[in-house]
Amino acid sequence: MNTNTVKISSSNLNLYYGSNHALKDVNLELYTNKITAFIGPSGCGKSTYLKTLNRMNDLVPNVKIEGEVLLDGENIYDQRVDTTLLRKKIGMVFQQPNPFPMSIYDNVAYGPRIHGIKNKSELDDIVEKSLKGAALWEEVSSRLKKSALGLSGGQQQRLCIARALAVEPEVLLMDEPTSALDPISTLKIEDLMDELKEKYTVAIVTHNMQQATRIADHTAFFLVGEIVEYAPTTELFTVPKDKRTEDYITGRFG
Amino acid sequence: MINQVVLPAQHGVSTSNSIYNKRSRISDSVLLVLIYLCASISILVLVGIMGYVFVRGIPAISLTFLTSVPSTIKGTFGIIGNIVNTLYIIVITLLIATPLGVGAAIYLNEYAKGGKIVRIIEFTTETLAGIPSIIFGLFGYVFFGITLGLGYSILTGALTLAIMVLPLITRTTQEALKTVPVSYRSGALGIGATKWYMIRTILLPSAMPGIVTGIILAIGRIVGESAALLFTAGSGYLLPKDFFGKVFESGGTLTIQLYLCMQKAKYSEAFGIAVVLLVIVLAINGLAKFLSHKFNTEVKES
Repeated sequence: MNTNTVKISSSNLNLYYGSNHALKDVNLELYTNKITAFIGPSGCGKSTYLKTLNRMNDLVPNVKIEGEVLLDGENIYDQRVDTTLLRKKIGMVFQQPNPFPMSIYDNVAYGPRIHGIKNKSELDDIVEKSLKGAALWEEVSSRLKKSALGLSGGQQQRLCIARALAVEPEVLLMDEPTSALDPISTLKIEDLMDELKEKYTVAIVTHNMQQATRIADHTAFFLVGEIVEYAPTTELFTVPKDKRTEDYITGRFG
Repeated sequence: MINQVVLPAQHGVSTSNSIYNKRSRISDSVLLVLIYLCASISILVLVGIMGYVFVRGIPAISLTFLTSVPSTIKGTFGIIGNIVNTLYIIVITLLIATPLGVGAAIYLNEYAKGGKIVRIIEFTTETLAGIPSIIFGLFGYVFFGITLGLGYSILTGALTLAIMVLPLITRTTQEALKTVPVSYRSGALGIGATKWYMIRTILLPSAMPGIVTGIILAIGRIVGESAALLFTAGSGYLLPKDFFGKVFESGGTLTIQLYLCMQKAKYSEAFGIAVVLLVIVLAINGLAKFLSHKFNTEVKES
């Protein structure tokens, strides 16, 4: 419980969108089999930071990134890095559920197929295992060939989690995964995350501070591109060291 | 404690404050009549032309007309050769233009975002779409026909038309690609898909209705084209003796035969061909509507 193994660490990470300095000297460690939450007001850089962890920011034009992010000691911004392999190891779930316009089965099998798995029974196994892992199997096992777009929002988001699990990642990044969902679906996903951390390292961006206290082992508070405070969740929410953290978590701004 | 409810007094029509003073405004009525007039004229013109063509053309249509080639010895006239030529031109043109157009659209939309070169290419594409088709004919005749030595042949015609419909296919494909949500792209890339894998498995299938519509519109233009074909594909009207050899022989489409009939003042034959052309164009438009509708419901339901 108290052993914290570092999975990802970023040091002196700076990110610029054109002339806008969006992340300033971010130093942070994500621990293996722990959930780390990023909180902070809109535009504070928490989502941007999350995206630097599997290089999704590469897709945005005019981005400049300095510093390094180490995954098991390897710098993910090294010239030799294959982003495809990186993103296989570090999967991502987005704010809006974004299932592809194909069947539930094909959605989950999409990732394994990228990595060359064609064998039908092998794919069947992966699909079942991933859907079970995302606590969706019971609800969809009878209609795997139906379009994923027919699922409810909460089911779609769990499908996206299953899709991410299917490539057997080591780290799961979640960008406000429940902000578009109703309270019951939110609860299901939070329960799920608690199970997921047994096998994966999880980082989650959330606007909801209660959510952070419910699920996260560690919480980082971002403000205008900087980390103000990073501590075990209970500590950060009960005895914040920084005045700005205290003001934010007590609702004085944000 | 009891709230008094005061109802407003019922007004008659005459009170100046009432909303019951509905007036008819002359300017509104005049405009309404004018708009109805505009609508009726445009519909009448369309129906009138179609009706006239059908009335004059249908008597010319017979089994011989549709299934034989012109023969001076027998003194008969038929358009089967031209129908076959039209099919040849459609298929070969699309075989050339579709991969090029779709490929160009993928490059412009997915790879070369926002640069100066893209703007130049897009500007060129748009200009290309507005050039009078006779200019394509001139270029095709001189370049493909003379310089490349293909002469008057179906291939020369198809190459010329391929250049002509290229902008159309590129633009419609681009529009279709733009409608695919960004979330699909990031979703695929976020679990480790390579860009090309994402394009092949997510983008192209999602954009398919738009691409198909573009292809069908291109068929419409090919069927209706005459100026660009007259000096490229020529005016041959015989049936092919050799399936592949025909590609290098002259072959006039229906529109070319129509033009030649008008030149020789053979109006009843001309109207017959016109009917066939109209039916084909209507069928193509219907097919385009049907297919895009079918694709749309597929995406929503199944």
